Amino acid sequence: MELLVFAIFAGLALASALTVVLHRDPVKSTLSLVVTLFSTGVLFVLLGAPFVGVLQVLVYTGAIVVLFLFVVMLLNLQREARRSEPGGSFQKVAAGAGALAFAAFAGIAVWRTSADAEAAELTEAFVGLRGFSEELFERFLLPFEIIGLLLLVAVIAAYVVARRPEPERRLPTPLEKATGEARIDPVGEEAP
Amino acid sequence: MSVPVAWYLVLAAAMFAVGTAGALTRRNGITIFLSIELMLNSANLTLVAYSRLLEDRTGQIVVLFVLAVAAAEAAVGLALFIALYRHRRTIDLDRVNLLRW
Repeated sequence: MELLVFAIFAGLALASALTVVLHRDPVKSTLSLVVTLFSTGVLFVLLGAPFVGVLQVLVYTGAIVVLFLFVVMLLNLQREARRSEPGGSFQKVAAGAGALAFAAFAGIAVWRTSADAEAAELTEAFVGLRGFSEELFERFLLPFEIIGLLLLVAVIAAYVVARRPEPERRLPTPLEKATGEARIDPVGEEAP
Repeated sequence: MSVPVAWYLVLAAAMFAVGTAGALTRRNGITIFLSIELMLNSANLTLVAYSRLLEDRTGQIVVLFVLAVAAAEAAVGLALFIALYRHRRTIDLDRVNLLRW
């Protein structure tokens, strides 16, 4: 039973990971990342970490991927999606690097865990949420608070970077210099 | 029958390799970003697998932190792409070479 679930979701995760990388359309890449992350969440549950699995689905597929989708659709990348990707020797080099990474990590994994090492039976104390939160809020309290601070900083930074610059303080962009016309100004307050 | 933990590690390694190849070959900024998320995700899988093998919950808690850092990274990175697109009308990273060399 466990083997069956593992086989299904491992295959799904791998296939959708390949789709993420190979598909030309960023929207479809993002959507297949949802499948990858959800399958990984299922594998977390299989590994006796149900809470982490739930968080994976909530935070990753629920929040982060939605953010990605918003940006992809906001930017309207259809033109870029149609442009061809580089082929030839560079792709071979990258594929080689990927294969090397796979060989190295898989080799180390099997070598260090002695391939058929059986993990102990799952116990209530290990799976349960009580032990998890006790450890999180006692041993890892300070990192937890720092992570909260990091998220705050990230939100502020994202706002500052992505906001539209005020017209009078805005330098002309290279594109505007080249074409000699101002672009984005739906309000129309800015002189051309 | 139960699945050996090493299989999970091999799966994570395969996903990491796919992410590496994607981050190196693609030119579309969003897709490169997605590849980096794939690599983070496979690192998470490794952490949870080892936490299962060693009966130590620390790995799961580190996954929590990785999730939060990934969220922060996604927010800032996508904001950068929006700003970049506003200036250049493209997020093709081969054509964004202002800071290169």
